[in-house]
Amino acid sequence: MIAQDAQSPQWAKKKFLHDAKVHVQDTGHRTFVQKALGGYFLSRDAQKARYRDWEQARDAASLAKWSAVNRLDELLPLFVANFEANGGQVHWARDAEEARRIILDLVREAKAKAIIKSKCMTSEEIHLNAALEKDGYGVIESDLGEFIQQLRGEPPYHFVFPCMHVRREEISELFGKFLGTPPTNSPEELTMIARRHMRQLYVDADVGITGANFLVAETGQISITENEGNARLTAALPRVHISLSGIEKVVEHLDDLAVLLPMLATAGAGQQMTCYNTLYSGPRRDGECDGPDEMHLVLLDNSRTAILADPEQRDSLHCIRCGACLNVCPIFKNVGGFTYGTTYQGPIGSVITPHLRGLSDWNHLSAASSLCGACSDVCPVRIDIHHHLLHNRRNAARTVPNRWEKFGHQIFVIVASRPWLFAAGGAIFRHTLGMLKRLPVPLLRDWLATRALPAAPRKSFRQQWRQAGKDSL
Amino acid sequence: MKISLFIPCFVDQMTPQVGVAVAQVLERLGHACEFRSGQTCCGQPSFNAGYWDEAREVAIRAIGVFDGAEAVVGPSGSCVAMMRVFYPELLKDTPHETAALDLAARTFEFGEFLVKKLGVTDVGARFPHRVTYHDGCHGLRELRVKDEPRQLLRAVRDLELVECDEAESCCGFGGLFSVKFPMISTAMAEVKGGSLARTQCDYIVSSDPTCQLQLDGWLQRNWRSPTGTIPRTIHLAEVLAGAPL
Repeated sequence: MIAQDAQSPQWAKKKFLHDAKVHVQDTGHRTFVQKALGGYFLSRDAQKARYRDWEQARDAASLAKWSAVNRLDELLPLFVANFEANGGQVHWARDAEEARRIILDLVREAKAKAIIKSKCMTSEEIHLNAALEKDGYGVIESDLGEFIQQLRGEPPYHFVFPCMHVRREEISELFGKFLGTPPTNSPEELTMIARRHMRQLYVDADVGITGANFLVAETGQISITENEGNARLTAALPRVHISLSGIEKVVEHLDDLAVLLPMLATAGAGQQMTCYNTLYSGPRRDGECDGPDEMHLVLLDNSRTAILADPEQRDSLHCIRCGACLNVCPIFKNVGGFTYGTTYQGPIGSVITPHLRGLSDWNHLSAASSLCGACSDVCPVRIDIHHHLLHNRRNAARTVPNRWEKFGHQIFVIVASRPWLFAAGGAIFRHTLGMLKRLPVPLLRDWLATRALPAAPRKSFRQQWRQAGKDSL
Repeated sequence: MKISLFIPCFVDQMTPQVGVAVAQVLERLGHACEFRSGQTCCGQPSFNAGYWDEAREVAIRAIGVFDGAEAVVGPSGSCVAMMRVFYPELLKDTPHETAALDLAARTFEFGEFLVKKLGVTDVGARFPHRVTYHDGCHGLRELRVKDEPRQLLRAVRDLELVECDEAESCCGFGGLFSVKFPMISTAMAEVKGGSLARTQCDYIVSSDPTCQLQLDGWLQRNWRSPTGTIPRTIHLAEVLAGAPL
């Protein structure tokens, strides 16, 4: 993944187009993903119905994030002061490289022999596992989905459901191959296999690495929400706990979690609440029987402040990584999670990736959308996702325009500004369409490859209107 | 009420019968229609591609064309959304912002105009067919028009309205998206077109002629139905106009 960043500028776009083409033809994959999401939609709707007013809850959640993101300068220092008062240590990382270096130093200082890790997309963003492994440290992913992906040698397919594309039989086979277990088709049995394998690893690990869902400024606590209990064990059993979080995860009040945690669970997984919601308040204190000796928090910028500086797209920092926008996105459901080539897939990934990794290389993700807006409709924190895709397109046209495309739009303006030219051009188009269909005309050819095109009418509306003697202006 | 017809470029050149049907329905309800021949395109292709400077020129022109019109009514959720939702954004902090907001307040999508502005749901039409309704995304999510076309359809004599299971899914047209990313666009047409056709309807009713282009284009080329019939798309205005001209 690190090497890919350095490749040719068009590499990301070419990969996207190639992989999209392959994936959309795999209708089996599409049906499988659709089916996998079927249960999610049912339970999501059932849980949404339990809110007195889901739309008002969205307002409240959005407001909590808005007021925090717009006051990061005030709330981050407040959080840090409280976190340190609780005994934690804070490390600031400007970018991915700095974050990797900080974590490697901490791991080295801890003289770690084994590292266990719970789900943390920010660690995917900085390619942490590869960096740790390069330095000779083994890392075990303790989240079941992430563990499966680690065994498969793949990144997460979906940032909430990392292995949603994997069939049960494939998991059984994978466990058979790596853990020597007998084949089974039971989800419970598969979970138990992973659990048995994992238990001793928590005990053996010297360092536990987690992410963070929210950083509560007024208490200095890290909030982590999960369904498997693996994050608790990852944070509590090893001697050293390192949490990695983007700076945008801070919220002001503990009370904010009262709306954010259930909404994250409902929008993200169709649950009323996730099974384990934990607030981490520093390392083990005197007289306490468990918890780590040291607790570190790495606060990562990695271009988040660049998004913060853009008032138009600042709300994309509201994102609580629920993944709801992926689940309803027709692009995601057709091209699949790997096609994006990004840490954050789907609509929100298409919005923020150009900020994280460069607009010229990643604007194609913003272009690859019909702008249907299903994403913005489901976003629990009301990010204006699909309009931001438009904003990225506009920014790209300004800063890295495609010369031919710009020329085309300039011609379009000339025609659209002259009704006589528009009418004449339309007439020529209508009368030659039959012939054009047989020629390899760009764009038209791309349409006709898979779709029919109707015959053009002989007369335009304006001709018919004029001939009916109705022309009033 | 004097209604100024907003005939999108695609309707003007490719589906003029839709514009005719709109005028017929409105006149039948006792309203005079005008067509200002200075109109061309709303500029959405450039706007969506990111070329806002170009789109702005087209938008400013269009605002001038509809200057003073009491109500501007168009048979496309997408093009109406361009005028109503995106012109104000496009012209924000320019001398044209006020005019853009003023036009936005006078611009309506056809079905929405009938129900919300004129208060009509029964236009006296008869259409003896089984139909399903395809929500265009711009109408559905930018204009929040969902129930109005269905109210209108339910009032049509002998019409049977059925819903498909992907009613709110995109057809995959998306303007230039459909030719820049034809493989994704086609896959989306497969999902939506298949879902619509599986209702075994005779017609797919829509308020967006370009969604029709996409759905018809895919269905006519690819749909294999057990009964051998392929549903055709039809614009809401054509259904409400009754027998075609």
